[in-house]
Amino acid sequence: MTCGIGGANPNLARMSHPWPLSERDRPLHVTGWMSAGDRQRWATRAGLVLAMAGNAVGLGNFLRFPAQAAQSGGGAFLIPYLVSFVLMGLPLLWVEWAIGRHGGQYGHHSAPGMFDRLGRSPLLKYLGVFGIFTNLTVAAYYCYVESWTLAYVVHSLLGTFRSEDPRLFFAEYVGTSGTSLFALPLQAFAFFVVTLALNGWILSRGLARGVELAARVGMPLLLAFGILLAIRGLTLVPGRDQGVVQSPLEGLGFIWHPDLTGLTDPGIWLAAAGQIFFTLSVGMGSIHCYASYLGRRQDVALNAAAAGWMNELVEVVLGSAILIPIATAYVGLSAVQAATAGGGGFGLGFMTLPTLFDNWGAFAPLAGAMWFGLLFFAGITSSLAMGQPILAFLEDELGVGRRRAALAFGAATLLLGGFTVWLYPGGAHGEFDFWTGTFALVVFALAESLVFAWVFGIDRGWEEITRGADMRVPAFFKPVIRFVTPAFIGAVFVAALVEPVGRWGAAFAALGTGQGWPLSPDSVLGKLLHVGGDARWLDAQGRVTRALVEDATRLLLVAVFLACALLVHVAWRRKARSR
Amino acid sequence: MTRAAWLMLAGTWGVVVFCAARLFWLVLRTPLGDDDATASGEPSPEGDSRNGG
Repeated sequence: MTCGIGGANPNLARMSHPWPLSERDRPLHVTGWMSAGDRQRWATRAGLVLAMAGNAVGLGNFLRFPAQAAQSGGGAFLIPYLVSFVLMGLPLLWVEWAIGRHGGQYGHHSAPGMFDRLGRSPLLKYLGVFGIFTNLTVAAYYCYVESWTLAYVVHSLLGTFRSEDPRLFFAEYVGTSGTSLFALPLQAFAFFVVTLALNGWILSRGLARGVELAARVGMPLLLAFGILLAIRGLTLVPGRDQGVVQSPLEGLGFIWHPDLTGLTDPGIWLAAAGQIFFTLSVGMGSIHCYASYLGRRQDVALNAAAAGWMNELVEVVLGSAILIPIATAYVGLSAVQAATAGGGGFGLGFMTLPTLFDNWGAFAPLAGAMWFGLLFFAGITSSLAMGQPILAFLEDELGVGRRRAALAFGAATLLLGGFTVWLYPGGAHGEFDFWTGTFALVVFALAESLVFAWVFGIDRGWEEITRGADMRVPAFFKPVIRFVTPAFIGAVFVAALVEPVGRWGAAFAALGTGQGWPLSPDSVLGKLLHVGGDARWLDAQGRVTRALVEDATRLLLVAVFLACALLVHVAWRRKARSR
Repeated sequence: MTRAAWLMLAGTWGVVVFCAARLFWLVLRTPLGDDDATASGEPSPEGDSRNGG
C-alpha cells in the first residue's frame, strides 16, 4: 500500500520545504556546515537502541508498574495498557524520533531548535523550551532518587539492613524522622553529589564514549540482575526456604488475575494510558535529542519500535516478576495488597525488600546489591538522557564547550536538586515530581503531537517517519498519528486536570445529582487550590506550613521555565546578529 | 494462581517477548546505514520501497 513518500509524489516532494530555503535554512548535508554537536554520532545501532531503551526503562518499570497493574484490574489492566501502547505510545515514539532526526539535519540537538524548524512561527521555539526545562528539573530530583539506589547498593553490601530497620534507615537518610519541613541529610547529600558527578563525567565523554558506552554496559547488567532475581524469587517454596510464608506465585496471581469488570471504568483506561506515557519517557525532549544524532536517511521506524518494545519487555516481564512475588513470599499477600493500595511500590522496594533479602543467607548482600544496582542502572541510563539535551542546547545554541556544558548541567542540577533535598520533608520533591515529571510531560506531548500532525503537516511527518525505514510502518498509523494519538493525550491531560476522588463513574453520578465534582487533591486543579489541605503559608504560631513550601516550589519552577525561555531568546538573538 | 491469571500472563509475556526479541534481532542484523545517502535536501527519487513509495 502506498503510504506517501515524497520522492514518489512530486507534490509531496515540494511540500518537504513549502517555503523558499535561504542558506541558513538548508539542512547541514547541503550546506556542509557542522558544529561540534553535529560531529557526534552513535557508534553502533545496538548502542543507540540500548540507550533509547535505557532512557525509557526507569525506576517506575519495577516499582510503579506492578502496583498499578495489581490495583487496576490485574491482568485486565494489560488490555488498555497494550491498546494505549499501540495507539499512543508507539506513534508518539515515532513522532519524537522523526522530530529529532529532522532537527538534527539543521544542527539542532535540543527541542527549541527542532521545533523552530517545524513551521514558520517564531513562537515554536518557545514550545521547545519544555524540552530544556523538563529535562533539567526532572534530572534534579530524579538524580536524588538515583543516588538513593547507589547508597542502598553500598549499604546492602555492608550488611546495614541486617542490623537496622530499613523504614527507620530511610527516614533518617532523607531527614523525615522529625517533624521539621527542612532537612540537611549529609549522607544523602554526599551520595547525591557523587551521582551528579558520575552523570556529568559520563556526559562530558561525549555521545559514543559516554552515553552509549554506559547503556551498552548498564542495560545488559540490568537485564542479568533482573532475570537472576526473578528466577530466585519465583522459585521460593513455603516450608522449604527460610522465612517463606506464601508461594510467590500468589503474588504473580495478584498482578495477573484479570478483573474484566474494570474494563468499563474510564479510570482504568486513564491509568493504563498514563502508565504507558510515563514509562516510555515521551514528552521530555530526550528522545528527540538522541534521535537527532541520526543521519537524514537512517532508520527511525524500526529503532523506535525496538526501543519501545524493549522497555515493555523489561516492564511487563521483569517488572511483574520481582517486587510483588518476592514480597508476597515473605510478608504474605494481604500485606502486599495494603502496601500497594495507592498504586505505588516504592515502600515495598526501599523499605521491605532489603529486610527480606536477609533470608537468602550468604547471597543476601549480593541480592540487595543486585536489586538496587538494577534500579541504579535503570536510573542512570534515564538521567543521562535528561542531561544530553541540556548539553546539546548549550553547545549548539550558545556555543559552550562540552566540558563546560557538563559542568553547567551539574551545577544547575545540584542547585535545584539541593532545594529538593533540603525541603524533601516539606514536599518540594513531590512538587517537582508532579509538575515537571508528570504534568509538563503531558502538556509538551500534547503540543508536539498537534504541531507535528497539523503544523508540520501529516504528509511531511509521515515522510519523515518512513524515510530510510528498515521496517514497514502500517499506513493505519498515519490517521492514528493525526487524530487518535492527540485525542488520547488530550484525554490524559483533561483527566490530570480534574481527576476525581474515587471512580470516574461515581464522580459523574455525583455531578448529575447536583453534588458537585469530587475533585481529587492529586489533580492539577486540586493541587493548585490546595483541595483537602490548609492553603495558609504560616500556621497560628507563625511557622512555615507545607502549603508555603509547595507554593514556593511552584514559583521556583515557573522561574526556571522563564529562565530557560530567556536563554532561548538570547541564543536566537545572538544568531540573528551574527548573520 | 488462577487459570485466567496464567492465561493472561502467558499471552502478554508471549506477545511482549516475541515483539521485543524480533525487533531487536532485526536491529542487530541491519547496519545503521549511510547517514548521508543523498546529496540533495529532497527525498530520494526512488522513495522507500518498504513503505510503498
